Amino acid sequence: MAATNQTDAKPKRKRPAKRKSAAKGAASGASSTLLYQGSEWSFDQVQKVYDAIEEIGVGEMGLDIYPNQIEVITSEQMLDAYSSIGMPLLYRHWSFGKRFAHEETAYRRGARALAYELVINSNPCINYIMEENSMTMQTLVLAHAAMGHNHFFKNNYLFQQWTRADAILDYLDFAKAYVAKCEERYGIDAVEQILDWSHALMSHGVNRYVGPRKRGGREDARAKQLARLEYEEQNYDDLWRTVPKATNDADRGRSAREPNDLGLPEENLLYFVEKHAPKLADWQRELVRIVRSLSQYLHPQRQTKVMNEGCATFVHYEIMNTLYDRGRIGEGEMLEFLHSHSSVVFQPTFKDRRFGGLNPYALGFAMMNDIKRMAEHPTQEDKDWFPDLAGCGDALGALKAAWADFRDESFIHQYLSPKVIRDFRLFALDDDAEDSEMEVSAIHDDAGYRNVRRRLAGQYDAAALDPSIEIIEANLSSNRRLVLCHTVREERLLDKAECERTLQCLANLWGHRVKLLEVCSETQDVLVEHDALPRPL
Amino acid sequence: MHIIDRRKNPKSKSLGNRQRFIRRAKADIRDAVQDALRKRKVSDVEGEEKIKIRSKSVREPSFSLGNEQGRRQFVLPGNEEYQVGDVISKPPKGGGGGGGAEGSPDGDGQDDFVFTLTKEEFLEVFFEDLALPNLVKRKLASLKSPAPVRAGFTSDGPPAKLAYTRTMRNSLARRIALRRPKTADIAKMEADLAEAEAAGETARAARIREELEALNRRRRLISYIDPLDLRYRRFEQRPQPTTQAVMFCLMDASASMTEGLKDLAKRFFMLLYVFLSRHYQDVDLVFIRHTSVAAEVDEDTFFRGVQTGGTVVSTALEEMQRVIADRYPVDEWNIYAAQASDGHNFSDDMARCMELLNDDLLPLCQYFAYIEVVEREFARSRFASQLWSGYRDVDALHEHFAMRRVSSPGEIFPVFHDLFARDRAEKA
Repeated sequence: MAATNQTDAKPKRKRPAKRKSAAKGAASGASSTLLYQGSEWSFDQVQKVYDAIEEIGVGEMGLDIYPNQIEVITSEQMLDAYSSIGMPLLYRHWSFGKRFAHEETAYRRGARALAYELVINSNPCINYIMEENSMTMQTLVLAHAAMGHNHFFKNNYLFQQWTRADAILDYLDFAKAYVAKCEERYGIDAVEQILDWSHALMSHGVNRYVGPRKRGGREDARAKQLARLEYEEQNYDDLWRTVPKATNDADRGRSAREPNDLGLPEENLLYFVEKHAPKLADWQRELVRIVRSLSQYLHPQRQTKVMNEGCATFVHYEIMNTLYDRGRIGEGEMLEFLHSHSSVVFQPTFKDRRFGGLNPYALGFAMMNDIKRMAEHPTQEDKDWFPDLAGCGDALGALKAAWADFRDESFIHQYLSPKVIRDFRLFALDDDAEDSEMEVSAIHDDAGYRNVRRRLAGQYDAAALDPSIEIIEANLSSNRRLVLCHTVREERLLDKAECERTLQCLANLWGHRVKLLEVCSETQDVLVEHDALPRPL
Repeated sequence: MHIIDRRKNPKSKSLGNRQRFIRRAKADIRDAVQDALRKRKVSDVEGEEKIKIRSKSVREPSFSLGNEQGRRQFVLPGNEEYQVGDVISKPPKGGGGGGGAEGSPDGDGQDDFVFTLTKEEFLEVFFEDLALPNLVKRKLASLKSPAPVRAGFTSDGPPAKLAYTRTMRNSLARRIALRRPKTADIAKMEADLAEAEAAGETARAARIREELEALNRRRRLISYIDPLDLRYRRFEQRPQPTTQAVMFCLMDASASMTEGLKDLAKRFFMLLYVFLSRHYQDVDLVFIRHTSVAAEVDEDTFFRGVQTGGTVVSTALEEMQRVIADRYPVDEWNIYAAQASDGHNFSDDMARCMELLNDDLLPLCQYFAYIEVVEREFARSRFASQLWSGYRDVDALHEHFAMRRVSSPGEIFPVFHDLFARDRAEKA
């Protein structure tokens, strides 16, 4: 349910509401009244429920959130939002149309349910809720997104570092208008080409290791630059063409730049193309830049799926239970909530037909609950494994610290406890493509906990998500060839066909020959070479 | 916290994206539509279509790791019996896990992309190939051809549709009901007042003045025309009066009709069907195929079945005549016939065919279209087939008979040209 389009797999499986016993029900209901009854929702009720939730979330749990903006949409609009990678507004491109067609077909066939809600990492934080939801679902969704995700967006270091919640909506607006303007001016095809090529490199449009570049005052400079470009275009005078060009000295000065000047090696392919591609026009560079900004904005979400969902699920679970304890929601509504909650955090085993990898909701929620458990009721094992955390008493404080300072990889590395490993019955497999069989290398026992934890964390590592590709050489003076290097780990080469298509895109953007070497990380041997010449359509 | 209701926002925000997508995948979609047409029934031509296209033109490449080599590690949930060191055989390829492109040798991953084309989009592609003039295209594509029909009055509408008579009638009724003082009454009273004043009857004058004032007030309160009175002419979009039609598809099923020729014939039948279904609410289809004997068959057999034997066209015409006599009385049905053939006929049969057409069938039919489907290489040849040379005489005699020789879908439309032209002439 994060800002990226993500559906909740909703396998139907009921878990008895074991947490709340009848005794609790009797204890509550003394003074407070039900917030709502029945399944129909209204704007007044949403407002009332939101206030109650905010009182608990912000007032008692001390969550730190952006102001919320709640937007009610229809299922069709939800599909719309899906196809534009969860963005409220986005430039036009056929790939979004493709995604829409795909989602729509799946949805109409009944193969997939829609997410209950979608939340945008922006300030104010935009929460889309669906009109089809029942009032209980709206309550759940508000607690989940408007409190949980919102807090996470505002406090997690990755989001703070990589995204600017204040500016994203304005930027998207600008991007949309700019792309539309370019289409009008240079033709849909020309724009589409650049966007296609840039999209192909989107997964390599971020600096994963050094963090984003400093932005100090750059936006002003950019605005000036854009204004100057426009001014130049308006005051174009053909006469200047007849003035003798600068002599070769200036050119030579430019071409003498050393690779170091270009900041090589460079892992951010889009950045490099934007800054140094020899043949791109200014508007084309700006398009590349738009795609890169988008890629950067989405970067933290890919790295914090487990935490983000874990945080939001934990928060909605706490809030809903508090509401129930105080008699603000009824028994039936609570059961409805528990039903959807338990299907959201349901984890099928690997043998199950429904298995589609580890469910980030399930893992995240289990880990958050586990942290709370360790802080409040530690066992001896917890004390051995987490001496600082176990029994500290301040569960929320510990959780908030975790939410702020970790991403999935480091979070799992730090916090995955033997108990969660046992509960999930996690085990690690080694798979060598050459063998016909896989070997079990660790299971949930004393010898295996650390191993399982390390490997699971590794699965969420940025390097495991995308191959590490860098530009290692760029010749700007003579043949202008670009050389890239893929560092091959564990003998895993790039998918050949895909790689060649993508490389073609890069070559088209670069305008000259591009070469990709696949180099073994240990021996430094070149295993495979790919080559592409620009071939604009 | 704000709550904003976005439900009323314009729908289909992503329409632009969809159009771009379809433009992008045009070539693939066209192929897919051709495929679909082959599978479709003639009468299904207008339905929505689930289109499966090869992902080639809508590919979104990115650098990704291949699964064919190297070592990987997984962590999975739900261990029940495994111990360290246990060995598990791999699941069969393709299932679960990767699921990505399996890279066929030519480097074309074959992940098909499935989505649904709307009726309009489907027809657009269908028409594009047939080279229809735009006017006709629009006429066919508009889902129904409704005409505005008067449907009483409404209390709301644009000023141009104001119904004066009705409005004034309401106004009058209301004025009478509420007893709005008439201008004449007031004028009379004013005259009385003047008279009374002139006569110096102050008491009477005061009474009259008081009454007059009351009347005037009443007149101000009860307006001459009130928004309540307004009536507007209401129009409803109603489909034009419809009738029923039957369309006979006649086709030579002998072995000389190749698969390609049959496809071409099918396109022809489909187009005629689309055209007819615009004009008639119910269109019945009758399929008659013939070799040396003719039979009414269902659609699948019609296009798929292969028969051997000679070719005697008159048998099909006789069969058609029989079916008309049996089931389609001429006074209730508009009868259309479309015949497709490669032109072969048993030479002694021509006289019989001409006789049947001229004397029996053509007087019953609204329209009889004959297309001769030929392989491309023979399209230019001057050679006239048996049927062609025979039908040329029929063509000369009858206005509602059309014949064409086609070798590609784009040539089909001219067959209908006369039909549309006639239609236009009638309207004019």
